[in-house]
Amino acid sequence: MEPQIGPPSADRGTPPQISSPERRDRNSRRPLSRLKPYAPFFALVALSLLIGAMNARFFEFNNLIRIANSAAIPLVLALGMTFVIVLGSIDLSVEGVLAIGAVLISLLVRNNSNTNDFGWFGVVLAILACGAIGCANGAIHVGLRIPSFMVTLGMWFIGVGVATLLLGGSTVRVVDKGIRSLALERFLDFPIAVWIALGTLGITWIIERQTRIGRYIYAIGGGEDLAALSGIPVRRVKIIVFTIAGTLFGLGGLLSAAQLGLGNALIGSGRLFSTVTAVVVGGTALTGGEGGVINTLVGVMIMAVLGNGMVLLGISPDLQLGVQGVLIILAVALSLDRARLKIVK
Amino acid sequence: MLAVEHVSKAFAGVQALDDVNVEIGVNEVVGLVGENGAGKSTLMRILAGVYSPDHGSLKLDGAPVFLRSPRDANLNGIGIVFQEQSLLQNLTVGENIYLGQEAEFTRLGLINRRRLNAAARRQLDKVEVDIDPRTRTSELSFAARQMVELAKALALEERTERHLVILLDEPTSVLEQRDIDILFARVRALKQRASFVFVSHRLDEILSLSDRIYVMKDGRVVGRMQAGSTTVPQLHQMMVGRDRHAEYYRESRQHAPREEIVMEARGLSVAGAYREVDFVLHRGEVLGIAGVVGSGREELTRTLFGFVSQTEGTLVIDGHEVRLNVPSQAADRGIGYIPRERRTEGLVLSLPLAVNVTLSRLPTSRITGTISLSRELRLAKSWVDKLRIRTPSVEALCLNLSGGNQQKVVLAKWMNARAHILIFDHPTRGLDVGAKEEVYELIRDLSEEGVGIVLTADTLEETIGLCHSILVMRDGQVTARFDASPGRKPSQVDLIRHMV
Repeated sequence: MEPQIGPPSADRGTPPQISSPERRDRNSRRPLSRLKPYAPFFALVALSLLIGAMNARFFEFNNLIRIANSAAIPLVLALGMTFVIVLGSIDLSVEGVLAIGAVLISLLVRNNSNTNDFGWFGVVLAILACGAIGCANGAIHVGLRIPSFMVTLGMWFIGVGVATLLLGGSTVRVVDKGIRSLALERFLDFPIAVWIALGTLGITWIIERQTRIGRYIYAIGGGEDLAALSGIPVRRVKIIVFTIAGTLFGLGGLLSAAQLGLGNALIGSGRLFSTVTAVVVGGTALTGGEGGVINTLVGVMIMAVLGNGMVLLGISPDLQLGVQGVLIILAVALSLDRARLKIVK
Repeated sequence: MLAVEHVSKAFAGVQALDDVNVEIGVNEVVGLVGENGAGKSTLMRILAGVYSPDHGSLKLDGAPVFLRSPRDANLNGIGIVFQEQSLLQNLTVGENIYLGQEAEFTRLGLINRRRLNAAARRQLDKVEVDIDPRTRTSELSFAARQMVELAKALALEERTERHLVILLDEPTSVLEQRDIDILFARVRALKQRASFVFVSHRLDEILSLSDRIYVMKDGRVVGRMQAGSTTVPQLHQMMVGRDRHAEYYRESRQHAPREEIVMEARGLSVAGAYREVDFVLHRGEVLGIAGVVGSGREELTRTLFGFVSQTEGTLVIDGHEVRLNVPSQAADRGIGYIPRERRTEGLVLSLPLAVNVTLSRLPTSRITGTISLSRELRLAKSWVDKLRIRTPSVEALCLNLSGGNQQKVVLAKWMNARAHILIFDHPTRGLDVGAKEEVYELIRDLSEEGVGIVLTADTLEETIGLCHSILVMRDGQVTARFDASPGRKPSQVDLIRHMV
């Protein structure tokens, strides 16, 4: 039986057209998309120049210090969140863990509610407790195979609830001079809190770049199955990452308590949204595997500069919240390679 | 050196491998050929430690080994270059080569990137490619990634005392000729450090690269020969094997299609996948599309249901020129799609049968616009009877049905939506023999009712047995068309000649 109409059959010598090497990464060779990872940085520079042009006080040294100070706590929190998001997970327990940290610290150091005076020992204890909560997040997530979203959502409210119980709904003032000095004392013109945030940045940067945990976070975020097949201890890495996050949220609690000089259950209000926004605006993809702590630094700075600029320009605080909302949607729209996603949930 | 002895493996009742024996010698390239579904991939996955055999064993240098994971296989000197590449796009080349092996480069918890990249460099030198290990993998071309995979496999040399065996699973399917030549040259040069198992659909490649060849068919090894002493036609004949029997495919029920044309393609092309495809589909006709993986037939099928839309050419449905941008437009035009992944693409497994049946056309009340639940149940019952679906009730969850019955529910869904063109994408994949026959019976029923059917089947036998006419594709083009009316059916060798 011979073919009936059969058009001239392809010559075996010609290379098949289907195997264009750029089939998957159409974009990566175009110069514009090469710059894409730096887009948040350019946005930060452009935003600063724009605000500076509209109000010269923006570039005054005192204002820069103010910006740095307002970025310190968000940076610490966002650094903790970054690794979780690079994994492809999410940690919603920021506000709960932060509240527990702040309340425990204010109850353990010298305060106006009890006679405790454990000083820095109390601080370490409280932060370790926060790390333990993070560890629990991770362990429940991988152990019971519950989505991190749900586990940490629950932990958020557990955290706020426990913090409320500890204080009976009231507020406790921190009297300890040492703790307060984190926010009040300065070193080289910047508050100690800013140096703590920078130190955290350095440590997380080393974790990301130089350690196996860092490498594995990206491998898991990029392809969990493949990572597991390569012999990476996926579950352990996840638990460690959530533990790091909890610890840093606790550190955020310390800085918050120091800044406000008090502890109460709602001290973290609004922090979750600004933390996730900062990470995403910095260019870390919610789908995992992309971005990192430097992105987060840029994201936090964009949020801080924007907040500061809006104050300088006299924009009402109500509008500022809305602007943040627009920003997070915009950032996701720009950063996600949506063509590659089959289903968006 | 590496031997597969009496290995069998079944998946959900389907025998993928049946008493397979293969030996791989030192410094040898072993070619593995067979049709889709012959068991090549399963065998490769067993060698790679992804699956473990139900019966039989693997022996390394005469001693039995148990490979529990790909990592296990690696430690025994077996590396894989997969068809779907296994490099993480978001890591650098060096990071990928040593993924999971960072301990060698770690001191005091810190990874020494310089040493890691230098080591990766050494591996890349073995395959003679000039890629900076610090390059992000996503920036490499397919061909370059393939070389990186090869380098990654060769890195095993430093971790095991054993002689390396590297599995190449259709490494050429996405490469251009130039890159294929380079790859082959490397493999020949590397023969002194490793043995290779090479799977490809292109027989000329198999002949040119391999020392020995195994031919597989229906999960068995049906031939083993020296590459020097065989030819492409001989391999064709062995791949095809025994003759098919007409009644298995209900050929007595195959009637000439009707006059009316329901679907027509003129110069249909999708850039990068296939080009200039013409065909006509009549009412009651079963049109088969044959071709190996990468021939463009999968993409063509997907175009017809709007998963991808054509970049050139026209598609005519019931006399209207259309462009299907999303599947729902295809469904609106009366096209139904029976996917190969029925568990994810065909059914919502967690929902009852009745809900699945009415998914594409809900029985809504004309007045309130709400779903009439009683009518839904009645509809579902009528389809269960008509298609002889075996289920405890129409409210049973689809995940509790057998594969064949699930497939019937998918069909019921489209027939309920009054589809008059059905795209069958590997409809019998994973079904046992009895269920397959029922699907064949249903295809005949549909054809008699005047439904136009486009079929991409798992085997050539199935294509030839079921279809009225057959389109053969290779490298994105139609290379032949066959009339397949009863008594004039082409042979498998006829088709294969135009496929590879």
